[in-house]
Amino acid sequence: MNEIEKEAARIAEQGESPRRLARDPVNLPMIRNWVEAIGDTNPVYTDPEAAAKSVHEGLVAPPAMAQVWTMYGLNGQRGGDDPLGAMMTVLDDAGFTSVVATNSDQTYHRYLRPDEHVAVTTRLEDVTGPKRTALGEGWFVTTTSTWYVGDEVVAEMRFRVLKFRPAAKPAEAKPVVSTPVIKPAINRDTEYFWEGTRAGELRIQRCGGCGLLRHPPGPMCPECGATKPKYLVSEGRGEVYSYVVHHHPRVPGKEVPFVVALVELEEGVRMLGELTGAAEVRVGLPVEVVFTKVDDELTMPSWRPRA
Amino acid sequence: MSVSGKAAIAGIGATEFSKESGRSELQLAAEAVRAALADAGLEPSDVDGLVTFTMDTNTEIAVARELGIEELTFFSRVHYGGGAACATVQQAAMAVATGMAEVVVCYRAFNERSGHRFGQVQMAAAGNVDNSWSYPMGLGTPAAMVAMFARRYMHEYGATSEDFGRIAVIDRKHAATNPNAWFHERPITLDDHQSSRWIAEPLRLLDCCQESDGGVALVVTSAERARSLRQSPAVIRAAAQGSGTDQYTMTSYYRDDLTGLPEMGTVARGLWQQAGIGPSDVDVAVLYDHFTPFVLVQLEELGFCPRGEARHFIAGGALELDGELPLNPHGGQLGEAYIHGMNGIAEAVRQLRGTAVNQVAGTDHVLVTAGTGVPTSGLVLGQV
Repeated sequence: MNEIEKEAARIAEQGESPRRLARDPVNLPMIRNWVEAIGDTNPVYTDPEAAAKSVHEGLVAPPAMAQVWTMYGLNGQRGGDDPLGAMMTVLDDAGFTSVVATNSDQTYHRYLRPDEHVAVTTRLEDVTGPKRTALGEGWFVTTTSTWYVGDEVVAEMRFRVLKFRPAAKPAEAKPVVSTPVIKPAINRDTEYFWEGTRAGELRIQRCGGCGLLRHPPGPMCPECGATKPKYLVSEGRGEVYSYVVHHHPRVPGKEVPFVVALVELEEGVRMLGELTGAAEVRVGLPVEVVFTKVDDELTMPSWRPRA
Repeated sequence: MSVSGKAAIAGIGATEFSKESGRSELQLAAEAVRAALADAGLEPSDVDGLVTFTMDTNTEIAVARELGIEELTFFSRVHYGGGAACATVQQAAMAVATGMAEVVVCYRAFNERSGHRFGQVQMAAAGNVDNSWSYPMGLGTPAAMVAMFARRYMHEYGATSEDFGRIAVIDRKHAATNPNAWFHERPITLDDHQSSRWIAEPLRLLDCCQESDGGVALVVTSAERARSLRQSPAVIRAAAQGSGTDQYTMTSYYRDDLTGLPEMGTVARGLWQQAGIGPSDVDVAVLYDHFTPFVLVQLEELGFCPRGEARHFIAGGALELDGELPLNPHGGQLGEAYIHGMNGIAEAVRQLRGTAVNQVAGTDHVLVTAGTGVPTSGLVLGQV
């Protein structure tokens, strides 16, 4: 049994996590937003008169909202006693830093009604791996969550994610640039970014207090003053906001002419990088990130056109 | 309390402007300061304050030693490259107005062409964490950094390379009749501009100012004392600095809008408020012109025309010597010399004295701005 399996067994043995109460009781405003987003026009969720005449004899919540009620919110963090969070940390530390959800099977025992206050527990069911996948080598992590009103079980979910080590992208195989290059100065405030590029991730600083996304990063959030910067991993997709075709003078490590693009990422921040492989550059050109390994210490992000 | 009207520029001095001075930067600084003092009719022993740029390699004490200045009671440096130019005069005016010093000399001297050239990629600058989001990505020259703004400005407002070229043409036209200008008797046409090679698209060679060796110094004292000196004083009606939201040095790319220079907008509000005048009262504008696109943006930030409309404002000859807003009668940095904005302040003083080679008649107020794309500064100088 390796370290990951040992940790998985330890976390699984702890069984169900303590019950965590939803931030708010089941409520009509949240239901309205959800059904509008989903496009569900069934009046039993939002129209008291229609609901009263229905089989439910009053307003009910869409069953598929079960998980919604106990979500952490935009800036919430998993508690230390959450088995999924604990298992993620184990896998992150082992280098399986990326995640994708693969299965979610939910069972609804009854409809919820406004003002009912649900609580949730989670236990780690299974950790399987390492598996080779198209995304890279990884571990499948399965958890079971149970929602209660009082002691009554109202819904259950089996949830499976793949935690994987990102496969080396083709761009990383490029030969090491032969001429001297300009290297970034890296300090405590910025090292997460360069650790990210080494791991094939484009990271955007995200305030641990208010969630503000910020690039370039800094140690203190200008919105809320928090000094607990975290990050999210960008999808690496965006559009050219502006660009320069550099001709003169020569720049160490580059062959002129070359293009530097200021890209507005889909997450909303802007970032500079060299743009290669574009037959024609224009403002608005859709691009995606590529990573080029310079040496063991430095991997540079740059852009290429995206289909 | 305001410094408006409390202090004046009483003397100006400069070395020749060249591509290879053949002497040390300290010698250039000492020569310029001595020339400015002689112009004012003052002696080195009258000086008790010195101000320069943090980028200047000549310390205040080194300059004091060369000039034989014994005691200094005020010495100060201003940061952010060319953005410091007008702020050196602001520092001096504040020192004089508050009694910290009586005679303060502002100076800037360098061998920017024969020695350390700013237009090359500065490997050392990449050691700064702010610069680590641009230099390693290949954006490592001032021209390229301005080009990024210029491309977006063109995209948003429909400005063209020819619109930028009109600034170069007017500067070179004025330089052509200024014997002290490097480009004396060498005007250019818009076709010359359009056929000049790319430096960093959308900027061409003739959008970028020259590189120069030389030094300029300005003597600041109280308006009252200045009136008793040799020259007619250029009174400091307003002196302002400005830095904007999410400000970077040359790469403020992360603001909502990439088409303005909000730090210059801050300077503008300070200037108009202190001087009690507005854009329509300006007789001559000496606008910082290291790269042509930012002259257009400055016209907008300073209130001479609405945002995005500078290309229309300049199209009808407004910037000619007999136009609505004569621009850089000395030829600017594109035409006269690149002395980090300090030669423009000297030109403003000459316009008020009535001694400029391209004199604009009846000049009462001259606006001067400092480096753009960086935290910056500005001055309104006026008659006594």
